[in-house]
Amino acid sequence: MHNKETLPNLGLPEHERDLFCDARPRVSKPLASYIEKFLNWSRANSLWILAYGTGCGAIELRPLFTARFDISRYGMAPRPTPRQASLLMIGGYLSVKTLKRVIRSYEQMQNPKFVIGLGSCTVNGGMYWDSYNTINRLDHYLPVDVYITGCMPRPEAIIAGFEQLKKRIKDGRAEGANQYAEQFDWYKANQKKIITDWNMPDYNW
Amino acid sequence: MIVKALYIVLSVALVTVWGLTLTGIVRKIVARVHGRIGPPVWQPFVDIIKNNAKRTGISHGVMFYLGPVFRIAGGMGTFLFIPVLFGSDMFSNFSFAGDVFLVMYFIFFGQLGMALGSGEGGHPYSAIAVARGLAQMSAFEVPFALSVISLAVQYDTFSVSSIVAAQQGSIFSWTMFTNPLATIAAIIAMLGMNMHSPFDVVIAPQEIPIGPPTEYQGSFLGMLHTNRGIFNGAKLILFMNLYFGGATTIPEMIVKTFCIYMISVFVGVSFPRFRTDQSIRFFLGIPTLIGVAAVILYWL
Repeated sequence: MHNKETLPNLGLPEHERDLFCDARPRVSKPLASYIEKFLNWSRANSLWILAYGTGCGAIELRPLFTARFDISRYGMAPRPTPRQASLLMIGGYLSVKTLKRVIRSYEQMQNPKFVIGLGSCTVNGGMYWDSYNTINRLDHYLPVDVYITGCMPRPEAIIAGFEQLKKRIKDGRAEGANQYAEQFDWYKANQKKIITDWNMPDYNW
Repeated sequence: MIVKALYIVLSVALVTVWGLTLTGIVRKIVARVHGRIGPPVWQPFVDIIKNNAKRTGISHGVMFYLGPVFRIAGGMGTFLFIPVLFGSDMFSNFSFAGDVFLVMYFIFFGQLGMALGSGEGGHPYSAIAVARGLAQMSAFEVPFALSVISLAVQYDTFSVSSIVAAQQGSIFSWTMFTNPLATIAAIIAMLGMNMHSPFDVVIAPQEIPIGPPTEYQGSFLGMLHTNRGIFNGAKLILFMNLYFGGATTIPEMIVKTFCIYMISVFVGVSFPRFRTDQSIRFFLGIPTLIGVAAVILYWL
């Protein structure tokens, strides 16, 4: 039996349900304005990226870390584990199979967390808009902070997108994690509509 | 008593700020070698603030909590038994007659705590990294221990303060000149300790995400990063005291520790990475022989 506070985890076999958490994500209120402003400044200047190279977009991320575009001067660094990263970069089209992994990775990141959708594929499906196994709009499944359009966007465009994201964070408008917690049921319904073989916990904390 | 406590707070604050600034400077230097602009020097501080500002966190159990606590206890323990400045009341910490032993134990202690903590995290990458880290650590402890034994025989003492006192006078009474073999063995061991290339496979960000702290986030990670500053500073001050004549003023300490760290950085930017088995073979080969030679030379 489950009440409104716990998740049923119906996708898992019965003997595995005890192994996973059934708590729903919670909204974490921002602190008092001046403290939060200072913390948001630190969050904006220390973005750790979990780069999710699902599609061709990943190839445009490489030059960002090397000498020519060097994003480490903005305090950004690649962080290969979702536990420590604060920015999830979706590098292009998402097939149904990879969407599952993206959701798992996103949910394992800690609040506050930000999402950037890279390329036209995340906006409206791009050249795969009528494909049988890719999703069209990323923000039906995860709260996206910034979209960077293009097929593919050049590294300059990506850096401009980072600047946009930093502005949003400093203004206190990048509350994607809280939005995800507030509208959790809506996001889950959308995700489960696409992913028919749902065999993971309802929320991967 | 209260005055001593205040001195300790002051000296811990000094080593934390200097250790983190040094990390920032080194990141900048390495970036310049790569032809990049690199992060600002104060980036480690911003990272720590950001990590502590995470709103949620997950835990995997009691040991998972205690891992970073042990780590920072190891860093603080290492630092608190090393006199920072020679002849200074304020920065002498808790140095006593046998502190070399205690310091060498504390260098190992943090790693063991971290192994237990990240083991409970349950991530397979943590386990791999911990195994690599402990193996490599056991290997570079051998030349370092031999070098310290050689020093103990040379100066007939186990106290860091007495070793520093014996090196006062001129630059030629530093251990670097009176016992060059021990110094070489210890410097090679230090390359492994500082986790720069070629011995950085433990924290290899490419193959095993970020090493032992794969599961650590938020303020746990903030604590580990703070410890990195303290521990780095403590190790450099230890090496300065044992081999490079110690320091009598804070600027002298800063210049000397910076120069000692640069050895690691020079080697790091010049050489590619060793695998764990290669680095173990390396440490147990020539550096160990140099250490044995240093001991035998002073024993005879």
